[in-house]
Amino acid sequence: MTTITMLAVLLLALFGYWFGYRPARKAELAAAGGRALHSRPVYHGLYVAAWVGIPSLLLVLVWLLAQGPVIDRLLLQTLPEQALAGLSDAQIRVLLSKIHTLAAGHALPGTPPEYVTQAADTLKRWRMIAGWAMLAGALAPGLMGLFWARLRIAPQFRARQRVERILDGLMLACAALAILTTLGIIVSLFFESLRFFAKVPLTEFLFGPRWEPQIAMRADQVAGQGAFGMIPVFTGTLLISAISLLFAVPIGLFSAIYLVEYASSRFRAVVKPVLEFLAGIPTVVYGFFAVVTIAPALKAWLHGLGISMAPNSALVAGLVMGIMLIPFISSLSDDALAAVPMALREGSIGLGATKAETIRKVLLPAALPGIMSGILLAASRAIGETMIVVMAAGIIAHLTLNPLEAVTTVTVQIVTLLIGDTAFDSPKTLAAFALGLVLFLVTLALNVLSMMITRRYREQYD
Amino acid sequence: MDEKTDKTAGAARTQAGGKRKKTAAKKPATGKKPAGAAKPKKKAKPRPRAKDIARLAPCGVGQPRRGLIDDLPGGCRDEDCKFVTRGVDVFYGEKQAIFNVSLNIPDRAVTALIGPSGCGKSTFLRCLNRMNDIIDICRVSGDIRMDGEDIYAGDIDPVLLRARVGMVFQKPNPFPKSIYENVAYGPRIHGLARHRDELDEIVETALRRAALWDEVKDRLKAPGTGLSGGQQQRLCIARAIATKPEVILMDEPASALDPIATARIEELIHELKENFCIVIVTHSMQQAARVSDRTAFFHLGKLIEEGPTEQVFTNPRETMTQDYITGRFG
Repeated sequence: MTTITMLAVLLLALFGYWFGYRPARKAELAAAGGRALHSRPVYHGLYVAAWVGIPSLLLVLVWLLAQGPVIDRLLLQTLPEQALAGLSDAQIRVLLSKIHTLAAGHALPGTPPEYVTQAADTLKRWRMIAGWAMLAGALAPGLMGLFWARLRIAPQFRARQRVERILDGLMLACAALAILTTLGIIVSLFFESLRFFAKVPLTEFLFGPRWEPQIAMRADQVAGQGAFGMIPVFTGTLLISAISLLFAVPIGLFSAIYLVEYASSRFRAVVKPVLEFLAGIPTVVYGFFAVVTIAPALKAWLHGLGISMAPNSALVAGLVMGIMLIPFISSLSDDALAAVPMALREGSIGLGATKAETIRKVLLPAALPGIMSGILLAASRAIGETMIVVMAAGIIAHLTLNPLEAVTTVTVQIVTLLIGDTAFDSPKTLAAFALGLVLFLVTLALNVLSMMITRRYREQYD
Repeated sequence: MDEKTDKTAGAARTQAGGKRKKTAAKKPATGKKPAGAAKPKKKAKPRPRAKDIARLAPCGVGQPRRGLIDDLPGGCRDEDCKFVTRGVDVFYGEKQAIFNVSLNIPDRAVTALIGPSGCGKSTFLRCLNRMNDIIDICRVSGDIRMDGEDIYAGDIDPVLLRARVGMVFQKPNPFPKSIYENVAYGPRIHGLARHRDELDEIVETALRRAALWDEVKDRLKAPGTGLSGGQQQRLCIARAIATKPEVILMDEPASALDPIATARIEELIHELKENFCIVIVTHSMQQAARVSDRTAFFHLGKLIEEGPTEQVFTNPRETMTQDYITGRFG
């Protein structure tokens, strides 16, 4: 029914376009070369279409949000009193979901009571009615908008300005949606974290040197006391990110410089897409590669040197993550370098500078903002990367800076905390939100830092 | 200018130049093309042609020779000239942009290259400091000599050549650095100054000669890109002068500027020719008439006429030149 309603609104809007366009076009043709209209016919059409489409779509959205809860409430009122007597909220929800399952045509285990099947029939009927009502409800403002907008159309009507204002509003709405979503995520992280800090002191979380979230779920389980110190986890994240960036930044940057300044166009045409193809490999595959290929090879090599390495190690995870990050850095640096005007290259070479001097003294400073944003994107990816770490570096938190030992990262811990049967109010689950919040703050700080660096260099170089 | 600095730079140059001359002299006078140069720049055509040999052969320092243009009224003799070019062809891929151009360019004078758009005058200019090297598909053949040495010879380092032959471009292209750093760029990369004081001296001298010092002396740390268009172009000229070149090539240096800024640049060119060999490409015939001592007229990649500016403008030998300077085409 929703699809039909949407289609109907769309068709009505198309009709509205034609309805506004046709008379305007006629008037324009009749004027034979003169400017009879303030706005081109297209704007008149768009104006009517907007008046048809936007109110109807808004109404449908509100309807869809409200329909479910309203129907459920009404449905509960039709049930016999004794059926609901003494039921907790959760049990009522179970009952409602039984009715929904039955209405959707699936069988329930056992024979459901009479009132449940009846309620399911009622639900089906009401849904049908609600659907038709929604269609009618959506088309009514659409039609009203259609005629209202059509009445306003006149040769001197400033349709273009109106349409541009509507477009402004639409773009603002899109921008606002993105910002509101971000705000929503932050707020939910913040409040869940508050609940966590009610159970675990903030100081223990921030400065505790042990991370052992395996606490007893039931009274009869044997488990540790639980320790929620984030230091080892964050050290792991920073260690692996640092290794991967140390590996990826020079390689990515130099390959970008080579591709832009030295490579022949034929070589570039082949290599650049291949390099970017690296970014398309799923991280699970990278993790696989790390475990199956890199880890044994590195272990054997280090063994030959007399150094022992754990089967899971930060080094392997960092190296493979570095390979994953190369295309981010090289691609963005490549674009930034290629965007430096040819005139600057010629100016430098014309003064007798070599290619290397030109790159070092003119191109890199001019391209710095772009290169920084590439590195920052890579850093954010490194901090947020989960899969490679799970497979290559392990899930046990050790407080160490030795890249040859197993470590774990924040994202990996969030995943392990949230999978499995866990109550949503245990500190173990809530710890995930606290970790997420700190992770968010760290990436935010990184962003601010890179903005500051970029601005500082801009002042110097622009 | 600090005398010591000048001497050091000069000495370094003479030394390098002397070494080059020696190797160049060993070569046959036909001007062998670079065999092991960074970019392949080969003669595609069977040059020199028989009829050109007469004018190619005499090129070379110390030999008595008579260039083709010597016998023209007001002719510029090879031995008086900074650049002597013979039979220059330039190709962009398959397309030939310059056809068999032979032109002498005198030292301490302004030579203007004029002609309609796309006639190859900029391309020819960029041959003189091997800027065409950085365009992959560009090939140059023919004989181009500066002070008698073949600048396309295999042992010539184009980087050192460009330090001796500075260039100013059509659009002002200051680096995104401070005014000071823009001017100090060349001296820094060529190690012309040993101390900060020397560098300051070079920068100030260059800015003074570019008639920009008084306008920027209080804001040397300000970004060069923040100047007006005319100031930016004078900054680019200062940047070129600071490297202590012998030649300054100017590719339509005033075409992006307003009349007042243009007048200042022209004044500047007039002063600079006391010390430099200046080659200027221009679209404006008035500008060519005002600033240049000699004028060369190009059309469709060919050199149509060359001579003292006054003669080219008042009494051209070719009807095509006549038509162009009177505005009948182009």
